[in-house]
Amino acid sequence: MDNPENKTSDIKGKPAFSTFKFIIKRILQTIPLLIIVSMISFFIIRLAPIDPLAELRLNPSISQETLDKEVHRLKLDKPIYIQYLSWAVSFVKGDLGYTSAGEKVSTKLKERIPNTLLLTTIVIFMTWIVGIPLGIFAAIKKETAWDRILTVISSIGMAIPSFFFAILLLIFAVKTGWFPVGGLTSYNYNEMSLCGKFLDLTKHLILPVTVLFTISLSGLQRQMRANMLEVLDSDYVKFARAKGLSEFKVVFKHALRNAVNPMITLLGFEFAGLLSGAALTEYVFQFPGLGRLILEAVMKSDINLVMASLMMGTIMLILGNLLADILLMITDPRIRTGAADGNH
Amino acid sequence: MEIIKKIFQDKFAKTAFLVLAILYAVILFADFIAPYSSGYSNRNLSYAPPSKIYTINEKGKLSLPYTYNYVREYDENLMQTVFKEDKSTKYFIKPFAKAEGYKIAGIIPTHRHLFGVREGGEIHLLGTDINGRDVFSRLLFGGRISMTIGFLALFIVFPIGLLYGGISGYMGGLLDILMMRFAEAIMAIPSFYLLIILAAILPSGMTSTQRFMLIVIILAMIGWAGFARVVRGMVLSIKEEDFVQAERVMGASKLRIILKHILPQTTSYVIIAITLSVPSYILAESGLSFLGLGIQQPDASWGNMLKEAQEFTNILYRPWLLAPGGLIFIAVLSFNILGDAIRDILDPKSIVRK
Repeated sequence: MDNPENKTSDIKGKPAFSTFKFIIKRILQTIPLLIIVSMISFFIIRLAPIDPLAELRLNPSISQETLDKEVHRLKLDKPIYIQYLSWAVSFVKGDLGYTSAGEKVSTKLKERIPNTLLLTTIVIFMTWIVGIPLGIFAAIKKETAWDRILTVISSIGMAIPSFFFAILLLIFAVKTGWFPVGGLTSYNYNEMSLCGKFLDLTKHLILPVTVLFTISLSGLQRQMRANMLEVLDSDYVKFARAKGLSEFKVVFKHALRNAVNPMITLLGFEFAGLLSGAALTEYVFQFPGLGRLILEAVMKSDINLVMASLMMGTIMLILGNLLADILLMITDPRIRTGAADGNH
Repeated sequence: MEIIKKIFQDKFAKTAFLVLAILYAVILFADFIAPYSSGYSNRNLSYAPPSKIYTINEKGKLSLPYTYNYVREYDENLMQTVFKEDKSTKYFIKPFAKAEGYKIAGIIPTHRHLFGVREGGEIHLLGTDINGRDVFSRLLFGGRISMTIGFLALFIVFPIGLLYGGISGYMGGLLDILMMRFAEAIMAIPSFYLLIILAAILPSGMTSTQRFMLIVIILAMIGWAGFARVVRGMVLSIKEEDFVQAERVMGASKLRIILKHILPQTTSYVIIAITLSVPSYILAESGLSFLGLGIQQPDASWGNMLKEAQEFTNILYRPWLLAPGGLIFIAVLSFNILGDAIRDILDPKSIVRK
């Protein structure tokens, strides 16, 4: 590594190959993870003392024959590991079964996942656009009134329960009548022009986005501030300052790059937090997303739906982390060369 | 104590510490401070607004604080029930008034409450809920559950996390790989999804104590994995230190080295993690109970009290039902501020954060 020639070859020659290798390695790592997750969730759900057919049994119009068919289809008469295997095989094939209301689980998921993804993507995008500059600003203005105010605001943002904030916003929406309450689109959405559709969607998204934005912004801002302060305190920044570089250059050219890297790792966690936070927010706003779907499925003990949405949530989370890792590798050359793996 | 002294030097941390101390004192003496028990209900007074307290009487003179009872009437013009004050009888607010009996610390029976009105009167500082139960009293009793459930969950999370992370990190090899894959799998499930599924599979027909304990266990099952991973990371570096090597040469057993020599090194991290993670458990419990999957009626918790706020009419016309949300906010905010302060004190590396 000390040989400068070696270093250049590292940066110029290897990346394409090592990037590819890294991505493949990370994707392969997620497979055992998914298998373990599916086993954990399957056994939790199946071993629970709930009867997946309770709703059907209570319905007098459903004959014993149909019930037996259901038992056979869900393989409830077989030992649990066979149930798991048959579930896993059909899951891999893309067959997620039917909900207790008789709809295809996959159609349900196809309907809901894009909505949740839309919501979380907008929120992540906005928190980064606002949170990173605010974090930098607070770090530069450390211990001034500005910094204090931002600290107080972010502490408040972190302490307010998402569902409580959502309720407060609902009151606001109802009292002012400025925002539609609930859902993602108006009833006459299909008749609207493209522009009208966009406006309608935006109006419906504003409240849930505001809730999730406020909550995740605080954490992001604080983290960015802490990272920036740490980097600003490091020797190479002191050196850059001693060289007589302008403060602007020091902050944005030298410090920023290193302060942002840890934030990218956090991106995965942020996504995880958003998926969880979104469930309650979606519930309060009656937003048709994955979180509300799983909640409804749980309340109805709709096993196929619960299992499938749990797996989908997990896959989304793992993919989010994967994307964050790949992004980090692009921005941080130490990961590519393996220097960050501990063998520096 | 060094830590407490330092906490008191910081204005914010001091306030947060005092707020929490007051909150815990209040819920500890909830029986005494609350004018009603958590189960008391007056069916004629469902959704009564907060009692108005007067200190100036009808002649415009200063008086001891008093209040009037509410009477429910049906207003035909408005087509809804309204509550009117019955101005015929004044009820003075008396300190140490006699009301429902309870036992101080569960031993000494008494009828005295911090304040109250004479028999026949009703005082509801924060109004009543759908069953005519006193919101203020239930807020205090609910605090007992909401403010302790996080700590109880941590009592399960920390031993498990420490042991799991300790063994995984110290043993290494295949065991380490297997244990960490399992922990990662738990972390890969969106935590709130897992939480509602676990809560939903609880059998119905449990006593409230059983349910409370199971909710604690469920909350703990979500949190241990992340903690165990951090502990493992710390153990990996600690086990290379000389004193551990020396212990190994002297022939100490692996479990002894882990428990006696390695884990105590993580103490300051554990203290920081405890104070910083209590709020997330408070929020998780309230979210769960808000959905109706956590603490169940008739027990009170801040989350399940807010369940009533799911109805539009309630949040628009009965804003006093939102009070538990305010308390959750205050408690979580205080824990966050205190946690930050303790981290700054115990972790010198993060001094730049100040």
